[in-house]
Amino acid sequence: MISSFILKALDRNIVIAVALLLAIAALVPALNLLTSPDHPLHVPTYIVSLFGKYLTYALLALALDLVWGFCGILSLGHAAFFALGGYAMGMYLMRQIGARGSYGDPLLPDFMVFLNWKELPWFWYGFDMFWFAALVAVLVPGLLAFIFGWFAFRSRVNGVYLSIITQAMTFALLLAFFRNDMGFGGNNGLTDFKDIMGFNIQSNGTRSALFATSAIALAVSLIIASGIVRSKYGKILVGVRDAESRTRFLGYRVEHMKLFAFVVSAMMAGVAGALYVPQVGIINPGEFDPANSIEVVIWTAVGGRGTLIGPIVGAILVNGGKSIFTAAFPEFWLFALGGLFVLVTLFLPKGIVGTARQFIERRKDYRKAKADEAARAFAAEPQAAE
Amino acid sequence: MNTLASNAKPTSILYLDGVSVSFDGFRALNSLSFVIEPGELRAIIGPNGAGKTTMMDIITGKTRPDAGEVFFKGTIDLTQKDEAEIAQLGIGRKFQKPTVFESHTVWDNLELALNRNRGVFSTLFYRLTVEDSSRIEEILSTVRLADRRDVLAANLSHGQKQWLEIGMLLAQDPELLLVDEPVAGMTDAETAETAILLKEIAKTRSVVVVEHDMGFIRDLGVKVTCLAEGSVLAEGSIDFVSADQRVIENYLGR
Ligand SMILES: Nc1ncnc2c1ncn2[C@@H]1O[C@H](COP(=O)(O)OP(=O)(O)O)[C@@H](O)[C@H]1O
Ligand SMILES: [Mg+2]
Repeated sequence: MISSFILKALDRNIVIAVALLLAIAALVPALNLLTSPDHPLHVPTYIVSLFGKYLTYALLALALDLVWGFCGILSLGHAAFFALGGYAMGMYLMRQIGARGSYGDPLLPDFMVFLNWKELPWFWYGFDMFWFAALVAVLVPGLLAFIFGWFAFRSRVNGVYLSIITQAMTFALLLAFFRNDMGFGGNNGLTDFKDIMGFNIQSNGTRSALFATSAIALAVSLIIASGIVRSKYGKILVGVRDAESRTRFLGYRVEHMKLFAFVVSAMMAGVAGALYVPQVGIINPGEFDPANSIEVVIWTAVGGRGTLIGPIVGAILVNGGKSIFTAAFPEFWLFALGGLFVLVTLFLPKGIVGTARQFIERRKDYRKAKADEAARAFAAEPQAAE
Repeated sequence: MNTLASNAKPTSILYLDGVSVSFDGFRALNSLSFVIEPGELRAIIGPNGAGKTTMMDIITGKTRPDAGEVFFKGTIDLTQKDEAEIAQLGIGRKFQKPTVFESHTVWDNLELALNRNRGVFSTLFYRLTVEDSSRIEEILSTVRLADRRDVLAANLSHGQKQWLEIGMLLAQDPELLLVDEPVAGMTDAETAETAILLKEIAKTRSVVVVEHDMGFIRDLGVKVTCLAEGSVLAEGSIDFVSADQRVIENYLGR
């Protein structure tokens, strides 16, 4: 059952992408750790972390593609799931600090001491254990997606209205996490991390390990997403996207179909957030900014919606561009991003990967037509001779 | 509001009695009543806006009636169920505008329509069985699409899309089939073939066909119900119905 699911997932493009991801998961850390800084192939640690961050963005975009590209759910709140995963990891990292904080409290994180709290709030229990935090990073986004999707899909909220309420969801979380009394560090969020699983979070080794983990998580998620969209269930998802009522009248419970994809997608986004936080060293309410979720949509559109690999390419290219661009003209990035989105929508509606695939298909069709023609001419010849 | 002989109810496959529905004050259906017997092929005619599509919306759970009874197989109250439940009970529906999954192949369209377990996890781990694939083959030849099985539905001609949708309904294996204007936009040859196809299908299940094309209705040669302004105007053979003075005024005469 599971093996056939995975076999179906592994078409040629996915195999290549997974192989590439696994290769960089091994190669980049090796070039960082095993070469000396003046070696021409040396990858500096800041690059490792920068690209590690891009990989988590890529995973977030992949998660969005599963619901937007294949089921037509344009979520403008996916950064919320990402941020929740990030907060779960941040809480673990806070508790790893222990007595090394500025106030030296063995149990309470600095911001709680600062707020004059005497006890650890109940929802911080368990976050001293990595496995617990990792579980929460997946389950809480999944649970939120389940509750949200349960109501939204059952009441048949669709299209623009659905997009608007996903924005409202992330905005509500933004406001909530800004509050000090929520117990998540308020405005400043969670930062000043020291260790992860006992390893110094700043060290080259840890940075490389986080990079490799991000690449592997992306590869695994890509296989899962591909298995999903290639299954009969995945074909139903596309059916829901293209002709929702037809799917209903065939007897499928559209709300269940959407809900499953939405929950899986939110969980992937949570994993992405959990890997993001230790690499950037901070999580704050700004991650819930509705604009962040919209950026994810742009990465996905640029790379190619509904292609799985496209969003990965899009996330890396756009964020690479952002890093370069903001260094040169920091004020203009948002304009550049907006312009890019308009250009892609107008001239490359299928995105980079979608357009490339279309081009390859056309070439194949053309070559096939040529071959057919040649075969026909060949078949016709003996008759002419008779 | 018993306008029909209630004794027809227990033996019927579909039973509508006094069904009314209004949209913003406009009465699309006005105390509509009729009965379909098991195995029957019934044609429904009527001018545009008569409420034919709305009637199908009510039967398939898309629209809730304001008043009246809708029963399937005498005992199942359809007004209490939603689209998916009604489809699973065995009522299939062909839309007025052909609605197939354009980005899937003809084969995949039929595979999705196949009457199998429709849950998330059973579809996630579904594997095509020999039985299912021979069923799909069978339907492909019934709807004359065997040589187009790998073509994307988007690339089919209009008539072929209509047939694919009928094929999907066959795959669904319903006891009752509702077909809304199946020959709209078809060539004469396609229309004639569709009549043959529907008669073939009606051998093993009940079928309700809504159509405008009088030639097609004559080809079918079955009992006809004429609707106008949301209720039944006349019912009987095509000759009987087309001789009815009110039918001529409301529909044929236009
Ligand atoms: N969802 C709806 N909202 C408002 N009016 C509707 C709706 N559905 C149908 N109607 C109206 O009900 C009437 C009957 O429509 P319909 O059932 O489509 O007729 P037919 O299929 O016989 O041509 C029309 O006047 C149509 O405008
Ligand atoms: Mg109609």
